[in-house]
Amino acid sequence: MVIYGVYIVSKSGGLIFNHDHNVPKVESECVFNKHPIDLKLVNENKKVVVSFGHRDGVAIGHVLTSLNGIAVTGSQLDDGRDVFEAIENPANFPLTLKFARLRVTTNEKIFLASMFYPLFALASQLSPETKSSGIEVLEADTFKLQCFQTLTGVKFMILSEPGQVGLDILLKKIYELYADYALKNPFYSLDMPIRCELFENNLQALLEQTEKSGNVSHI
Amino acid sequence: MAIHNLYIFDRNGSLLFYHEWNRLKQSGMSREEEAKLMYGMLFSIKSFVSKISPLDLKKGFLSYKTNKYALHYLETPTGLKFVLNTDIHASEVRELMKKIYSQVYVEYIVKNPVCRLDEPIKSELFKEKLDELIKQSSYYTAKIA
Repeated sequence: MVIYGVYIVSKSGGLIFNHDHNVPKVESECVFNKHPIDLKLVNENKKVVVSFGHRDGVAIGHVLTSLNGIAVTGSQLDDGRDVFEAIENPANFPLTLKFARLRVTTNEKIFLASMFYPLFALASQLSPETKSSGIEVLEADTFKLQCFQTLTGVKFMILSEPGQVGLDILLKKIYELYADYALKNPFYSLDMPIRCELFENNLQALLEQTEKSGNVSHI
Repeated sequence: MAIHNLYIFDRNGSLLFYHEWNRLKQSGMSREEEAKLMYGMLFSIKSFVSKISPLDLKKGFLSYKTNKYALHYLETPTGLKFVLNTDIHASEVRELMKKIYSQVYVEYIVKNPVCRLDEPIKSELFKEKLDELIKQSSYYTAKIA
């Protein structure tokens, strides 16, 4: 069982806790011998992104992280040169470019948490059946997201590999930990980000134990 | 086991086709408004999924489930979107949706020269064949409302 991460969203849609458990690194290095390179790169959101082309593990959406070992920040190399100019100049070849799929930053996580909130509500509104809840399980080809909403409106979410079963039990266990270690902490105020060491340690232990046994039911 | 309803959207998000079989709750708005809301939700889910995914997506968003129904999503490379709502126990819905696309949509809309591809589907033949396919699928059984 692989668990990518755990998120807790408050009643009002704010991210109050997130834990990256086992996020795989997607990185690849390519050597280009001839000018021009056979990938189409564009500047998107202040990053150099692959917009067309596919080779040696590099796919659309990957971001350029280094050129000949020199790190890239935005569309500039750390020695001050512009990335596009460096790639366009035949004298610089052969080039070694390193691409990676960027990890979600904390800001993006907050954004995603608040984005899930209306999706959850819409799923219930557009339901063809009466009295439907919001999204409980969302599946894509690379992951599965399981969501559990408590009676008080707090949402617990787990991101795991696709086809994983028994996540609902794990979510209830996390809820238990939340009730025990976060809510009973006198220094924790409701709807604020959870910064309780005890909660984090116990959660970490629970996730590790679950991953090892591959099964949640007998914990 | 039940199939609730089907939406087909084109690449620009306009509703090409809607049909319902066992729908127990109406959304309380006009069909156009509902379709816009549905498309907006799918669009957001797609962007949500592409951002939160830890690995590179291939097919992307596949389905979601609530406690009462499951929504299955199929998008063709041309941007045509099929949305089928079923009960939560239905299995192999993806195969059925692929059949709807390849055996009904392609056969009776794409291969019909009088059907325009960017306009809502009015073909009676398409409706008939679709109904036939849905009704003969193993998990179509009318639920008592």
